[in-house]
Amino acid sequence: MTKVRSSLSQSTKLSPKRLRNIREKIIESFLFLAALSSVATTIAIVAILLVECLHFFQEVSLWDFLTDTQWTPLFENQHFGILPLVSGTLVTTGVALLVAIPLGTIIAIYLSEFAPSIVREAVKPLLELLAGVPTVVYGYFALLFVTPLLQIILPDLPYSNMLSAGIVMGIMIIPYISSLSEDAMRAVPNSLREGSYATGATRYQTALKVILPSAFSGISAAYILGISRAIGETMVVAIAAGGQPNLTLNPMEPAQTLTAYIVSVSLGDLPYGSLEYQTIFAVGLTLILMTLIFNIIGYYLTKRYREVY
Amino acid sequence: MVGSNISNIRNIITRNKRSEYIFGIVGLLAMLVGIITLFALIGDLIGDGLARLNWQFIISFPSSEPEEAGIFAAWVGTVSVMIVTAFAAIPLGIAAAIYLEEYAQKGWLSDLIEINVTNLAGVPSIIYGLLGLGIFVYGLKLDRSIASAGLTLALLILPVVIVATREALRAIPSNIREAAYACGASKWQMIWDHVLPYATGTILTGIIVALARAIGETAPLIVVGAVTFIASLPPSPITGEFPFISFQWLLDTFTVLPIQMFNWVDRPQEAFQVNAAAAGVVLIAMTLAMNAVAIYLRYRLRKNIKW
Repeated sequence: MTKVRSSLSQSTKLSPKRLRNIREKIIESFLFLAALSSVATTIAIVAILLVECLHFFQEVSLWDFLTDTQWTPLFENQHFGILPLVSGTLVTTGVALLVAIPLGTIIAIYLSEFAPSIVREAVKPLLELLAGVPTVVYGYFALLFVTPLLQIILPDLPYSNMLSAGIVMGIMIIPYISSLSEDAMRAVPNSLREGSYATGATRYQTALKVILPSAFSGISAAYILGISRAIGETMVVAIAAGGQPNLTLNPMEPAQTLTAYIVSVSLGDLPYGSLEYQTIFAVGLTLILMTLIFNIIGYYLTKRYREVY
Repeated sequence: MVGSNISNIRNIITRNKRSEYIFGIVGLLAMLVGIITLFALIGDLIGDGLARLNWQFIISFPSSEPEEAGIFAAWVGTVSVMIVTAFAAIPLGIAAAIYLEEYAQKGWLSDLIEINVTNLAGVPSIIYGLLGLGIFVYGLKLDRSIASAGLTLALLILPVVIVATREALRAIPSNIREAAYACGASKWQMIWDHVLPYATGTILTGIIVALARAIGETAPLIVVGAVTFIASLPPSPITGEFPFISFQWLLDTFTVLPIQMFNWVDRPQEAFQVNAAAAGVVLIAMTLAMNAVAIYLRYRLRKNIKW
């Protein structure tokens, strides 16, 4: 009898602690599930793209998809060649990078090595705001401000063209490139700067020949982020670059990009499960694979040029 | 000999000084390109659209007559979608970040989650639209609704919320945690009563930035199936009968401000493009105000906190 009572009292004595442990475990598993949700998102993206593409490639041969030079899935005479959309994406991305990489890098060098701290504190938030402007507004700006401006210099420029979309996209991604590159440059230890100054180099020479190579790993990561942004950017090209697939490398022509195609199809009402519906997933997969390729290249670049101090 | 050497050196020095001076100017110009664009963009929108921006524009539904059209359905839609997004992304993101920062042991699983969050932040936003179309619209049969749109955007900003929260948690010094443990707090009590309250300001900044991004997102919502012509509001969440709260609005069709703007830009008539500019002014005012609040908060927090 006493034995039972003592064991009882012991168990009631233990119970608050045990309760607390159970509660802690439950909370931990909830948090774990939340963390797992990000993995689930990735799996869902891959699964959805693959399943729909599997259906798509049962109807369309992979060879046609990669080599046909026409993309007309919504017309009577259907062609499923991805090349015109890829060329549109590459040209707009190319123009954007020609704007963003030089300007972004120069701004980063200037802010990190030259600018007094007052200028830096004032300019950085303004550049951040540039990244905060909604992309649809940039599209409006490209179509109704930049294109008319360019038409003064290039009178033959059509209303929709890849050039103005690319330029505006370039300015849009400047903040991504400049702020990451600047972080990389500021992470270069001061001893390197001082060593360079001690040999009589100017700030300009130090920045170009010491800081830039030492920070190249981080800077190339910034470039890769910029490229990913440009490839995946949708609204600017959907509004300003034109709505017809066009296999050309001339930025003065209108052309549709991968992303703009997805938007233009989504605006219509496509029946679920139809071949036309599946095209947007095939285009989406192409888009993901393109960003992936650039990211892999970038990964090797950052590894190859990583400097350890 | 010595004289020519010295003049030689002097030449080099002047040349170096000149290139230094030139680069200073080039750097300033490069920054000006960005800043002038920002002001040109805002100026262009205001110049084109401010005249159209009046009370009637804010409380009118879209119309085939540009002068009668307004953004009522659009901004109500933006607010409703944002409510869903915030309710889904904020708790999930903060919980995931707490797990990764405070609980996760080093191992392949935490590495995997870590790499995954970084990669998700780099996925083009339109891909999230395809994801939302596959999961929410057709998978969960939520149809092209406010709920589908909000949840899609929640997935889109989840990595941003996670990264921001983790940085906030990492900035809390470990002696705070040890002090809590020393008083007998359990792990969760330590996090809930001590770490989270101190990190709230920084987390809030991250959330504002993430929501500002979500407000401006257009492409994924077009893919999920926004409607560009809505002439009614979603059903009210507060009803006259028991239980007084209705979630019917979640399943209503949706449009949002950036999509309304896109729809107007895309039309050939100039009068609609004026409407687009006016909608753009409202949109940019919302996002820039949110970003400015975040920048200010960050600045204040950096100044005030001294551990």
